[in-house]
Amino acid sequence: MIKLSLTVNGRRVTADIDPRTLLVDFLRSNLRLTGTHVGCDTSQCGACTVHLNGQSVKSCAVLAASCEGAEVVTIEGLATGTTLHPMQEAFREHHALQCGFCTPGMIMAGVDIVNRHGAKLDEATIRKELEGNLCRCTGYHNIVRAIETGAAAMAGAKVAAE
Amino acid sequence: MTDQGIGASVKRKEDLRFITGKGQYVDDINRHGQAYAVFARSPVAHATINNIDVSEALASPGVLGVYTGADLAADKIGGLICGWMIHSKDGSPMKAGAHPALAQGKVRYVGDHVAVVIAETLDQAKDAAGLIQVDYGELPAVVDVASAQAAGKAQIHDEAPGNTVYQWHLGDKDAVDAAFSKAAHVTKLDIVNNRLVPNAMEPRAAIGDYDAGQDQFTLYTTSQNPHVARLVLSAFIGIAPENKLRVIAPDVGGGFGSKIFIYAEETVCIWAAKKVGRPVKWVAERTEAFLADAHGRDHVTTAELAMDVSGKILALRASTKANLGAYLSTFASSVPTYLYAPLLSGQYDIPAIYCEVDGVYTTTTPVDAYRGAGRPEATFVVERLIEVAARETGRDPAEFRRMNFIKSFPHQTPVIMAYDAGNYGASLDKALEMADYKGLAARKAESAKKGKLRGLGFSAYIEACGIAPSRAVGSLGAGVGLWESAEIRVNPVGTIEVLTGSHSHGQGHETTFAQVIASKLGVPIEQVSIVHGDTDKVQMGMGTYGSRSGAVGASAIVKASEKIIAKGKRVAAACMEVPEDSVDFENGEFLGRGTNKKMTFGEVALQAYVAHKFDPEVIEPGLKEGSFYDPKNFTFPSGVHIAEIEIDPETGHTRIDRWTAVDDFGILINPMIVEGQVHGGIAQGVGQAMLEHTVYDENGQLITGSFMDYTMPRADDLPSYNVAMTTTPCPSNPLGVKGCGEAGAIAAPPALINAITDALGHEDIAMPATPQAVWRAAQKSARKMAAE
Ligand code: FES
Ligand code: FES
Repeated sequence: MIKLSLTVNGRRVTADIDPRTLLVDFLRSNLRLTGTHVGCDTSQCGACTVHLNGQSVKSCAVLAASCEGAEVVTIEGLATGTTLHPMQEAFREHHALQCGFCTPGMIMAGVDIVNRHGAKLDEATIRKELEGNLCRCTGYHNIVRAIETGAAAMAGAKVAAE
Repeated sequence: MTDQGIGASVKRKEDLRFITGKGQYVDDINRHGQAYAVFARSPVAHATINNIDVSEALASPGVLGVYTGADLAADKIGGLICGWMIHSKDGSPMKAGAHPALAQGKVRYVGDHVAVVIAETLDQAKDAAGLIQVDYGELPAVVDVASAQAAGKAQIHDEAPGNTVYQWHLGDKDAVDAAFSKAAHVTKLDIVNNRLVPNAMEPRAAIGDYDAGQDQFTLYTTSQNPHVARLVLSAFIGIAPENKLRVIAPDVGGGFGSKIFIYAEETVCIWAAKKVGRPVKWVAERTEAFLADAHGRDHVTTAELAMDVSGKILALRASTKANLGAYLSTFASSVPTYLYAPLLSGQYDIPAIYCEVDGVYTTTTPVDAYRGAGRPEATFVVERLIEVAARETGRDPAEFRRMNFIKSFPHQTPVIMAYDAGNYGASLDKALEMADYKGLAARKAESAKKGKLRGLGFSAYIEACGIAPSRAVGSLGAGVGLWESAEIRVNPVGTIEVLTGSHSHGQGHETTFAQVIASKLGVPIEQVSIVHGDTDKVQMGMGTYGSRSGAVGASAIVKASEKIIAKGKRVAAACMEVPEDSVDFENGEFLGRGTNKKMTFGEVALQAYVAHKFDPEVIEPGLKEGSFYDPKNFTFPSGVHIAEIEIDPETGHTRIDRWTAVDDFGILINPMIVEGQVHGGIAQGVGQAMLEHTVYDENGQLITGSFMDYTMPRADDLPSYNVAMTTTPCPSNPLGVKGCGEAGAIAAPPALINAITDALGHEDIAMPATPQAVWRAAQKSARKMAAE
């Protein structure tokens, strides 16, 4: 067992963990943050996507022990109180989810795509950037629309805040 | 209310929990004191089990129990069942081998369940599973469906000589032979419909829980049909009587058929929970999903189409070998028979059809229903034959289809189905226009200038949904009735719970069913809760598959709401002191005809419960009604999809340039959700046609057993889709709906292969048309052009 301290969704957490624990298991089992999902065993599906120090990572491919002192944001930490993040709103608005299983990872990836590319996203960029996230339900059409809209809304929110 | 009722693209009520990470899938549920199950699976495709030594595993830290098939047998736990009896041509019943939840004496595919370890932690269970010693006497694998019945092949089940489960047929062979003998042209194709791995993004999972005080079992499971699971686990497998077994299917992350079936894992978890006296949880790893979730498709077919000199189709015949895998999964026998051959008339007036199907055992993962289930296989046969026939006879593929379309309804096909309504020409016209078919020649020339090959392919599909009239399916061998149930509970303040036997695992029933209530009862959808997926709450149900939730499930809700209105009128009449037959119900209000008296729905609900104003001898208090709805026919959604692609012959890369889908699903409850279903279906169809390749080696090892080896469709493999509708209401149910869940997956593969072969100028390419396969085929095109 080793001691781990980090910030998850703005809250400091400290735990004793087995050094082999994956970040996704730490989030799901220790913290009961079950919005982060596990869809594969080869780091291919992106259902487990979270933000680690502001960047999107597959939490099934990260050892929790390597996150000492890190800032982690999961799908549960994206909204501000009851105000949804613009990307969450956009997913609902565009019917970008069906069974919802890939959705937390898709939304976290979508936010990250906008963070890296800015609001002016074309369809080809979004599709290319989604290569690490699988969805079996939607055929991606509406996910692309949602990320386009979410990007514009994030830019608007940023302008408003400045 | 129209902004929320039938026909409105209402945003989904269920979304909030999913976009905030608050969904509750089985793996998100943890029971106090839960232990973990890990299955020891066969590493070989076919072997006798000479001995299993579990002693080391039992002694491993944290282990609570290690069980094998012998333990299940000792507890008189029955095998898994196949619920549809098929009879061969000679009248004999299908020859099914036993399907124990844990192997007894033999393993028959890689991934077959040999033993289970239950331990305190998942890691301990995994470690112990690795310590189980099995002495296998290896037998030859039987992988290839085309040769599995040949003499000298290893025998997989003693009960099924020649590995043949059934030799079934449908149609009038003599009439078909006669038609072929006088045909002016015959088109013949050899077709492989490739095996697919369903890969819902949520892996299957189960938690078995046993309450000794109440002698009560609870199973949490990733199921599309929890009541069917309870029925099978109770009546056939013998876990517990139905009143002592509760099955809960909470949020389920996609199914596509693969979560219809009752599998070994949940059977073992619920049984073992009592054995070890602890809740037992199992969650599939993706590798296990590849090995042990029932696969789809896997047909080898020879098909022929006969035409007269004018191009009128005279007859169709098909001979299919269907790979059923190593055991018969829950509905496996029905998929390549009654869900397949009755669709071989497509949208066409074909006077004679004959189809024979051999159901074949192989030492591979069991094969069962996967999105479309039989109907995609049939549509692929029909739409490839039609396209190639048009090409061979120099006819425009659109006009050749149009001339052979069924144009008057009802239409009785020669293969069981009585199509009730349709307008196939309307979908075709709209699709041709949207796809700019007229401009194709110019676009082809433009592509040719860049050294690219452009092609366009049609798919005019028919589907049979809303399975189905119970008496009809019963006469065809189904072991169950296929009605659906609904119960509407109106609360004293006018809020409503609707209990449905349908199950939503992405379809959005919490929204669409509430929209039906909004339309029928005038109650805003915010005041309507849809309850599903729990056998303790919902009395009965047949679940969701085969696009049946709208046509059957929502129709049951309509029937129940009609009873609510009838009862409400009686209560209102008593309260308003007007004759019962003078009460009208409009826009959520009960009106005394010819008076100015009226009561809101909520007021009537309250009066029904306080029961102060009517005689309980005449009117029972309360406002709750139920219905079991059994449809009078299948529904027949149809449509035309047009794929247009461009091939780079240098690399074999196929780019989907545009996708046009014009579907006729009858009345739409929520067009936004329907379009989403179409998108997802097309993506799965494109996956089958271009990407998804399930490969076994000759030893029966699944070579494509992970997302690294099996190509799932990703966002940049796919285009945006142009989706539109035509509307011919279905006359066979009260809503006029037809079902939309499978259409895309049915329509897409032939559209794409027709487009690719159009570009290539020859028909020699199989699914999946991967870049490598397309590159090879393009080389052949080049040689062919050079020779011409
Ligand atoms: S679970 Fe992490 S990528 Fe699939
Ligand atoms: S919504 Fe089901 S996997 Fe994406």
